[in-house]
Amino acid sequence: MTFKIIASQCTQCGACEFECPSVAIKFKGESYVIDPDKCTECKEAFDTQQCASVCPVPKTCVPA
Amino acid sequence: MSAPIISLEGLTSTTSFDQLLATAKSGGCASSTCGLSGKPDDIDPAVWEKIKDHPCFSEEAHHYFARMHVAVAPACNVQCNYCNRKYDCANESRPGVVSEKLTPDQALRKVIAVANEVPQLSVLGIAGPGDACYDWKRTKATFERVAREIPDIKLCISTNGLALPDHAAELADMNVDHVTITINMVDPEVGVKIYPWIFYDHRRYIGIEAARILHERQMLGLEMLTARGILTKINSVMIPGVNDEHLLEVNRWVKERGAFVHNVMPLISEPAHGTHFGLTGQRGPNAMEMKALQDRLEGGANLMRHCRQCRADAVGLLGEDRGQEFTLDSIPGEVTYDPSRREAYQEVVAHERRDHLAARSEAIGMVKAAGSGKSLLVAVATRGGGRVNEHFGHAKEFQVYEASPRGISFVGHRKAEQYCRGGRGENATLDGVIAALEGIDIVLCAKIGDCPKDQLAEAGIRAADAYGHDYIETAISAIYAAEFGVQPLAATA
Repeated sequence: MTFKIIASQCTQCGACEFECPSVAIKFKGESYVIDPDKCTECKEAFDTQQCASVCPVPKTCVPA
Repeated sequence: MSAPIISLEGLTSTTSFDQLLATAKSGGCASSTCGLSGKPDDIDPAVWEKIKDHPCFSEEAHHYFARMHVAVAPACNVQCNYCNRKYDCANESRPGVVSEKLTPDQALRKVIAVANEVPQLSVLGIAGPGDACYDWKRTKATFERVAREIPDIKLCISTNGLALPDHAAELADMNVDHVTITINMVDPEVGVKIYPWIFYDHRRYIGIEAARILHERQMLGLEMLTARGILTKINSVMIPGVNDEHLLEVNRWVKERGAFVHNVMPLISEPAHGTHFGLTGQRGPNAMEMKALQDRLEGGANLMRHCRQCRADAVGLLGEDRGQEFTLDSIPGEVTYDPSRREAYQEVVAHERRDHLAARSEAIGMVKAAGSGKSLLVAVATRGGGRVNEHFGHAKEFQVYEASPRGISFVGHRKAEQYCRGGRGENATLDGVIAALEGIDIVLCAKIGDCPKDQLAEAGIRAADAYGHDYIETAISAIYAAEFGVQPLAATA
């Protein structure tokens, strides 16, 4: 399992990028993108997914 | 379009000291009372050194100096009900709004381009669109680059305070000696109505717990800055029915913790902005409600009344925004800082403001001594330099002063749509301007036509252009004298 970012809603604030413990998030084109190979859903690192917890727009960092 | 509003008009196109001084004084009263300290009587000299070139921390400095914000910090750790993170509009002037976000390297290029073009520039701020302390890497990288190139520019940040305690020591190390913290409550019960969530210590908090953590971190951050001698401005958004009465309590708390100045700003709330408050119909206060609250706060922490709630990418004097002149694609890829215009400007302002302060203190003394017991609310059209030097029809805002037995004090500003465009006045616009001037007794301007003057008179507002190019306080004291039949000011200023 992994998370993804809905590009059309992303405000490009970049908070998810620097909160991601797996360095799975990078800016590409118009939005931040989660690398599914690196995303761990923050398991064993934090109780909640960091990208989804910090994202200011509802339903934008969601399970893929 | 119309000419840009520039302080001490013409100072941006000439560079020699003599030329600049001649321009500043042209058409105005020319008092010559050099030798004064140049410092208002009631301010500690060490503090004055820190604020004298900072337009946001000093009402006096805002007549002369300009700020710019660079939008390098888009990430935020607090959600506020008056903020919509998706908002982006070139014409809106309010915090959080930007047209383009910058990397630290792009920001450096923009700061150099502006410093070369806008000699009034004295302050670089990072005020979002997110939080400067939360998005710390970008904030720090920007300040380090700029401080290397332009060592004398003042650095300041704006923050919600949640991450502030983590960076207070670094702020001090980087010589950031002006910090603005937005504090809207000291009671978490009030906070829950303003903040739906915060992101702290790797998780999202909601409800009373979120508000309590935010409150504790804000107080801790403020105390840490005070302990390090960093001047703090507290911004509070006045939200009628939510925290308006509570701001009296906020003022007491922040004063006790060493806040230098308290800035109460009206909630900006329109449905079109898409904020929570905009969508729920929460209204903002009107100008007279704002003034009433600010008057009740007098005697607490120093009050700032000249805030324009500027955009997170604003450039120029507080009453103007030249941000659109300095978009990234209008700036060359390589820019080199040229200090000559800023240096020439600073020299002439040092001279000019000594005159202004002397004239100001004389005018205030005269009004105090008049013993009339009456007060007057005066709106002034100005384009900077502390003078009555803007045409009525060209004004985009009016600065409001109150003359009373306590002297002459700045009490705020009123935004207005420019009434005269391309040489013609629009009646519909004039109605809007008159509405914006509600409660004002007299308007002072450099020039006004008979038609708008008559219409203002019908609305009970007098207008005078006899004091064009005088210092604002000098003009107001003359009006006060004429109005209440007291001894007018001797013609020294």
